[in-house]
Amino acid sequence: MSATTMSGFPARDLRVAGQLSRSRKRRNRVAKVLCVVATIIALGFLASIIFTLLRLGIGGLSLTVFTTVTKPAGGNGGLLNPIAGSLIQTAIGALIGTPVGILVGTYLAEYARGSLLGNAVRFVSDVLLSAPSILIGLFVYALLVNGRGYSGIAGSLSLAVIVIPIVVRTTEDMLRLIPISLREAAVALGAPKWKAIVLICYRAALDGIATGVLLAVARIAGETAPLLFTSLGNDNWSLSLDKPMSSLPLAIYKYAGSPADDWVQLAWVGAMLITFGVLTLNIIARVALRPRR
Amino acid sequence: MSATMSETGQKANVGQMTAKSDAALNEPRIAIRGLDFYYGSNKALKSISLNLPDKQVTGMIGPSGCGKSTLLRVLNRMYDLYPGQRATGEVMMDGDNIIASGVDVNQLRARVGMVFQKPTPFPMSIYDNIAFGVKLHERLSKSAMDERIEWSLSRAALWDEVKDRLSASATGLSGGQQQRLCIARTIATRPHVILLDEPTSALDPISTLKIEELIDELKHDFTIAIVTHNMQQAARCADQVAFFFLGELVEVAEAAQIFTAPKQKRTQEYITGRFG
Repeated sequence: MSATTMSGFPARDLRVAGQLSRSRKRRNRVAKVLCVVATIIALGFLASIIFTLLRLGIGGLSLTVFTTVTKPAGGNGGLLNPIAGSLIQTAIGALIGTPVGILVGTYLAEYARGSLLGNAVRFVSDVLLSAPSILIGLFVYALLVNGRGYSGIAGSLSLAVIVIPIVVRTTEDMLRLIPISLREAAVALGAPKWKAIVLICYRAALDGIATGVLLAVARIAGETAPLLFTSLGNDNWSLSLDKPMSSLPLAIYKYAGSPADDWVQLAWVGAMLITFGVLTLNIIARVALRPRR
Repeated sequence: MSATMSETGQKANVGQMTAKSDAALNEPRIAIRGLDFYYGSNKALKSISLNLPDKQVTGMIGPSGCGKSTLLRVLNRMYDLYPGQRATGEVMMDGDNIIASGVDVNQLRARVGMVFQKPTPFPMSIYDNIAFGVKLHERLSKSAMDERIEWSLSRAALWDEVKDRLSASATGLSGGQQQRLCIARTIATRPHVILLDEPTSALDPISTLKIEELIDELKHDFTIAIVTHNMQQAARCADQVAFFFLGELVEVAEAAQIFTAPKQKRTQEYITGRFG
């Protein structure tokens, strides 16, 4: 005969309760250990990449890397033209892609809620977001390069195509986080819808949108595949947008597998520069633009 | 005074409505006649006729979903933002039917301001929060703008608390201060009518008291409509009270009469807490 409680259920068996509790704690420990191991493996790879880059790259770092253009193997060249080319193409790609992305994101968040066209645009943009970047390079090649020749502007445009869907997504997401009451408050003062969006919603969503743009810049700074077919690379100093243009990822691609030791060394330096550039952009995006309060 | 109910269906002519039996309620600033409102196919307001007396406070009471906020959002055409919402009938103000097509809604909203349930400071400085609305409608010199901002903050009983930090972010103010800032922002555009949609329901009792005192002060210059769930608030603030139920205007009368001798049984039941 077991004791019964007032509600008629048998009283709790303390021995069973203890067993259940111990088994729960055991499973908790196993899960915790698995999580920690997985984290260590993931961080280990990242640390190993950074360590290797530093070990192999830092030896080749010197002023000539930044002041001398690429030269034939053994010629003691630098990375001036790839660095300049990367900066130019990344900047133009971001400058073209960002406004388009923000406008499309604004259309999706503010004007096209639930509309057929809006859903179609969102779907296409999401597909573009996950499209292999080599396809984007091929697309720009077929459109702009084939028959006209490789050029820096073709490279920039292929990078812009990568920027657009990233900025579309962040802009739409950030604008959707703005409470409807803020828009209504602006409209209730007599602001037309576009002014409420530009003066109030953009300001409220600024941090988020800027973060998206910085992450997009970080992404295209390291893109190689779309540049292979478009700006091709250039071993000579050239800032002309209508001629082939050098870039760090292409220089790494060319040098890393070469038999010449000084080229391999330069490839490591270039890889280190890109990695720390991207790392810096990520840190700025996450720290400086962190939502206040 | 129950003039509005008996006038249902009468052709609205604001200028000629002078037949006031007693002096307690002023001339109407806004005259609503036969107003129907639809959310899609759902009829939310049924043939509403109501006057908002000039420079007095009209309290709108009733259980949730009875249409009082909907009516408020008709008066500044807020429903225009949402496709599928439409109003038919007449809402006469200064000789115009403001729900007719062709009305410039942005100019209308400069004349009919609105303060919401939750404070909605813009993510910018206190100064810019108020300048935003003014700049939409007027071109002022820097000194004239400074003057307008001091005037509106003083009228909203906030000037003394913020005069030393006008360039500070408005989102750093307390909830009650934010709501008074929203009131300052609204009166800065110098509207004729102010719509208050449960302006104190998110505030503590002291902030609520301040806002209520403010309403009393503001009605010298503005026509005010306030939606509230708080019966005491309606009794304290309103000159005229309208009771809504299921999209209908059940009864409208002077505040004292509604709370002491309501004519309708449903009004009596609501204000004594029988339902709602």
